[in-house]
Amino acid sequence: MSATAVAPRLHGIRHRRLTVLLALLAAVLVAIVLSITVGSKSVPLADAWHALTAPTGTENDIVIRSLRLPRTALGVLAGIALGVAGALMQGHTRNPLADPGLLGVTQGAAFAMVSSIILLGTSSLLAYIWFGLAGALVASVGVFALGMVGGRGGPTPVTLALAGTAVSALLYALTSAIVLLDEQAMDVFRFWQAGSIAARGSDVVWQVLPFILVGLVLAMVNAPGLNALSLGEDVARSLGQNISATRAVGVVAVTLLSGAAVAACGSLAFVGLIVPHLARPLSGTDHRWLLPFSGLIGAALLLLADVIGRVVAPPGELEVGVVLALLGAPFFVALVRRRKPVRL
Amino acid sequence: MTTLSLRAGAVSWRVRLRGVAVSLIGLALIVVLMALNMRIGEIPMTLPEVISGTFDVNSAAHFVIMELRLPRALTGALVGAALALSGAIIQSIARNPLASPEILGVTTGASVTVVAGVVASGSAYGGASGLLATVGIPALALLGGLVGAAVVYGLAWRRGLDGYRLVLVGIGVAAVFTNIKFWLLTVGDVNDTGRAMVWISGSLNGRGWEHVLPTALALAVLVPLTLLGTRSLDALRFGDDTVTALGVRTNLARALMILAAVLLAAVATASAGPIAFVALASPQIALRLTRSAQPPLLCSAVVGAVLTTAADLIARTAFSPLELPVGIVTAVLGAPYLIHLIWRSRK
Repeated sequence: MSATAVAPRLHGIRHRRLTVLLALLAAVLVAIVLSITVGSKSVPLADAWHALTAPTGTENDIVIRSLRLPRTALGVLAGIALGVAGALMQGHTRNPLADPGLLGVTQGAAFAMVSSIILLGTSSLLAYIWFGLAGALVASVGVFALGMVGGRGGPTPVTLALAGTAVSALLYALTSAIVLLDEQAMDVFRFWQAGSIAARGSDVVWQVLPFILVGLVLAMVNAPGLNALSLGEDVARSLGQNISATRAVGVVAVTLLSGAAVAACGSLAFVGLIVPHLARPLSGTDHRWLLPFSGLIGAALLLLADVIGRVVAPPGELEVGVVLALLGAPFFVALVRRRKPVRL
Repeated sequence: MTTLSLRAGAVSWRVRLRGVAVSLIGLALIVVLMALNMRIGEIPMTLPEVISGTFDVNSAAHFVIMELRLPRALTGALVGAALALSGAIIQSIARNPLASPEILGVTTGASVTVVAGVVASGSAYGGASGLLATVGIPALALLGGLVGAAVVYGLAWRRGLDGYRLVLVGIGVAAVFTNIKFWLLTVGDVNDTGRAMVWISGSLNGRGWEHVLPTALALAVLVPLTLLGTRSLDALRFGDDTVTALGVRTNLARALMILAAVLLAAVATASAGPIAFVALASPQIALRLTRSAQPPLLCSAVVGAVLTTAADLIARTAFSPLELPVGIVTAVLGAPYLIHLIWRSRK
């Protein structure tokens, strides 16, 4: 191909990506509207607008402002966080089996939570979230430290992945032992495990927001470095990349994003496993596009799954994690079968 | 690296001495752990008591050894070997150290059917010790495991089995099964959840000869067959074009090896539940001990057996009279050891 022909083709790719970006933004908006208006009590659009702009204390105003709005906000935040964290994790470990919980984040959060129940008798959701966050951070730092030891230039993709898996397995075993011995912990844990964004007030949203925002900024800063790293460590080094710094920033971003999301919503990390695979065919391998695409797909999927979970099994609700798997995974499998998968 | 070449007609194997050494040490460890497993328990015994109890039908120890301790310990060793071998095959084919029977749909499929059975029946069939436990759960697990694997196999097959596609389809299907399992755990009574959790963690409690035989049979048939496939597995490390050039029929070899991995994992899961970490960690531990390029099959099986036998000894006796599910202890033992090996190899 001659040089003159390259430019318009690149332009075309960029153009297509912008179109996809707008389409995904539109999908998230539609999902937000659905999440605010649909549920055990349907709210007409006009009433919803009324509740958001000039509430006067009607029943619909209260339902929307105290229940649906925080739930929707948390869904958007957690979806973005898990999608982006999943894409980062798969990029850093160069492994399609990597999920945002791979660094021990999910199991660290679970272990801290059930420990707090049996040691301190914790029983409030907010306390669970703070313990979960702390557990996620400690586990993740531990895994990164293990991967770092004795190596030069940070942990290799394989050591990071294996160390994370080993630490996760260890923490999960300890958590299992605790919940088998303590019925109250088991009862909390089994619902946490299914994952949910319901019944969390706006205070929860405000508490996880700063973690997720910082995580997103770090993720975007990390994108170009990750692009270089995915060409192989030697190439990255010769391009002047500081490998350990790039890895460290990535790990901090994943920890903040998935730690906050998992602490607030329970074990939904597998969302981040599937979403990047959905985004990759649209974005290609450039992380500057892959990360936002993954985030938006994550948010749209999580909200849609939550809405479906509200209406599919009245009078109760299905946990969002369950619906998400039943919806997202078949779609994902169909996609994998249809085309040649984009390799990492 | 010191290697020996063995020839038998048209077939030849390269035997790596390091691998042989690791396997022999592992086997010796299994013998020692087995002996300890016979001696330690509610009724402690000396080694002479164990030996006389094994062969003297009229002694008091005979029942304890032959009906309780020996079949249980054997089940543990065999299940560990089967899971590890299954994991080694999958990791070789997927070329991914994080792959385990979980992505074949076997363990997750089995978990769904068993949890559904436990939650639906409550204590109707004698629960943890009655008909449900002895016949129902292994049957449910085998059925669920094979159906789960058939789903993954069927969806991943497209003009052959591509390792990468298998992994992706596998995680999708595993996500569905795992989350159905999570949901089932929330609908039942919390007591049933507890009993289901014990099985999900993997447990050897109350295992007898009826669990030893199927696992032993599966291993007796499948181990020789998988060893025959080692050469094609070694070749499968390369791209498909190279493999074809080496004269290995890629799709057939891959499909047969995966089938073997599925059967091994299904039988093991039916006997002792999905002891997840054994399948993932044993091949990685064996790989580092033997310093080979990819998981060595026999060594992985030996490592898996050592890990499970040691874990069950601890699970049975550490908190006596309380018993922990063996799958919890395998992770507590195996994870630090794997971390130590990773750590050492980085130096």
